[in-house]
Amino acid sequence: MNQPELEQMTAAPNSWHMIRALAGIGLMCALLIVSTYELTFDIIKQNKAEVLERAIFKVLPGAESKAIFIVKDGQVEKLIGDGNGETRYYAGFDANDDLVGVALEAGGQGFQDVIHILLGFNPEKQIIIGMQVLESKETPGLGDKIEKDPAFQKNFEALDVALSDDGSSLKNEIVFKKNGTKSNPWELDGITGATISSKAIAAILQASASQNMPVLYKNREKFKQQ
Amino acid sequence: MDTNTFIKGLWKDNPVFVQVLGMCPTLAVTNSATNAMAMGLATAFVLIMSSTLVSLLRNFIPKQVRIATFILIIATFVTVAEYLIQAISIDIHKALGAFIALIVVNCVILGRAEAFASKNSVGKSILDAAGMGVGFTFALLCLGAVREILGSGTFFEYQVFGHGYEPWVLMILPGGGFFTLGAWLLLFNYMKERKAAKMQEISA
Amino acid sequence: MNESLSYIFINACLVNNFVLAYFLGICPFIGVSGNIGTASRMGGAVMFVMLVSSICAYGIHLMLEAINAPFLQLISFIVVIASTVQLVEMIIKKFSPALFRALGIFLPLITTNCAILGLALFQTAKGYNFIESLVYALGAGAGFTIALVIMAGIREDLDIADTPKVVRGTAIILMVAGILSLTFMGFAGLGG
Repeated sequence: MNQPELEQMTAAPNSWHMIRALAGIGLMCALLIVSTYELTFDIIKQNKAEVLERAIFKVLPGAESKAIFIVKDGQVEKLIGDGNGETRYYAGFDANDDLVGVALEAGGQGFQDVIHILLGFNPEKQIIIGMQVLESKETPGLGDKIEKDPAFQKNFEALDVALSDDGSSLKNEIVFKKNGTKSNPWELDGITGATISSKAIAAILQASASQNMPVLYKNREKFKQQ
Repeated sequence: MDTNTFIKGLWKDNPVFVQVLGMCPTLAVTNSATNAMAMGLATAFVLIMSSTLVSLLRNFIPKQVRIATFILIIATFVTVAEYLIQAISIDIHKALGAFIALIVVNCVILGRAEAFASKNSVGKSILDAAGMGVGFTFALLCLGAVREILGSGTFFEYQVFGHGYEPWVLMILPGGGFFTLGAWLLLFNYMKERKAAKMQEISA
Repeated sequence: MNESLSYIFINACLVNNFVLAYFLGICPFIGVSGNIGTASRMGGAVMFVMLVSSICAYGIHLMLEAINAPFLQLISFIVVIASTVQLVEMIIKKFSPALFRALGIFLPLITTNCAILGLALFQTAKGYNFIESLVYALGAGAGFTIALVIMAGIREDLDIADTPKVVRGTAIILMVAGILSLTFMGFAGLGG
């Protein structure tokens, strides 16, 4: 297109030109987006599953395979298909196909923002066997020690979440203790310099355990079916 | 002349240091060199692709609706970039978070589409966009490197200092972003002042 | 997850201030913080646009959920928010010229401001319901205004101070913003 022609076109545009341009470009953009979405959909799904699997195997030490369960009408059953966003229970099994434990997501208010964690429960022994931070914005160098501090991670080797005799609540609430003063297996040994963040973890644990432990314990046999 | 189109984005018209544009991503995701690099490359990708398309369609788009179509085109490529990053690495996607989507409102991209790509040939537009993209990535890396080295004692996750080094956590906090960019601008101002003073001396 | 409304407000306004913790809306923060009067009017306009776009974003999100097209999120956010704000601008101009004079000139400036789009993206990512979204938008707007007004106050004093020639301009504003950002970190843990 030469210069005079171009000028003429831009000088006297009519609605048809505008509609044509907007519709044409809109169509092209839609095509581009949809094709990228379709192309990357499976890869992204696989990537996400891998990330989650890595975290699950970390909170369930020794686990090598997993199965997903949901609670439907008070009954634990295996998830078939993609589900509709129900709370998921990830059961992990070791090399001999024995149940290592059940992992589930939990979250609550931290120092800066919401903290999302993944918890590993052993329903048989009624203990928490692992904790991984999935997402947090805690202060780097202080609050983010909840993710990395080895002493803090030691809390989750066998944190007691035993149920009371009627099986409906925890016998002992998970309580936060200042660093080095932990004396009972249901207490959480805090991190110096990250008191609020470790307190937040204790609160999340307490809420999640008191809500889920009764379900997990009652259905502990059902999780064993792989 | 063509190399000049490319080079000017790198230094003379550097989008961050000279034009002070696109500040939000510049400050927000530069707490490590890796994040800075990823953000820079994602922005450069969107910049080059949208400049190409805008330049190709420049005779087809009426003046009245040009901003709307530019935004449409940019938003499309940002969405494409977001899915590509997720396919490449979920971890990088998580680290950059909402700031990938916010590339849409990076004024550098709309600015290049409006000021350059809509008036120049495809080849020149690509060169210009590439120059700006590389310049933007370079600036982000400058910030990310300083913040990561001082704030975590690492560079691209490799240890720089020994284990005795106590990191300046401040540098990876939001405040550190402001300080680092402020310091870089100071340096640029200082160099400009000195150059101007020298020029004056020569002419005097 | 249940977050109380007061927490959402404090979080958006102080703890995770949009400007000082998320670096959103830096351009107007640097550009329009010259004097307190302009800054507070700009803040008001941003708060208003945030409320409008928060409602839009909530509606769009519901619609995209219904038709299962998450890939259209970004593109529809930006197009719908930009056009709604323009529409609201015309309505204000017609019915309340006084309000338009106070806020109007800023409206086109902030439509494509990253804080507005950021708000829409964050509220969707956090899964807030309608009321929570509104409170979040109010908090974010209030936080933006506070940051902008404080900055303007400092800059009014800076203008008459005898600063070295090299630091004048954006460099010193960024340094001040850094100190402000550190100060705002003191609010962390406030809502918990």
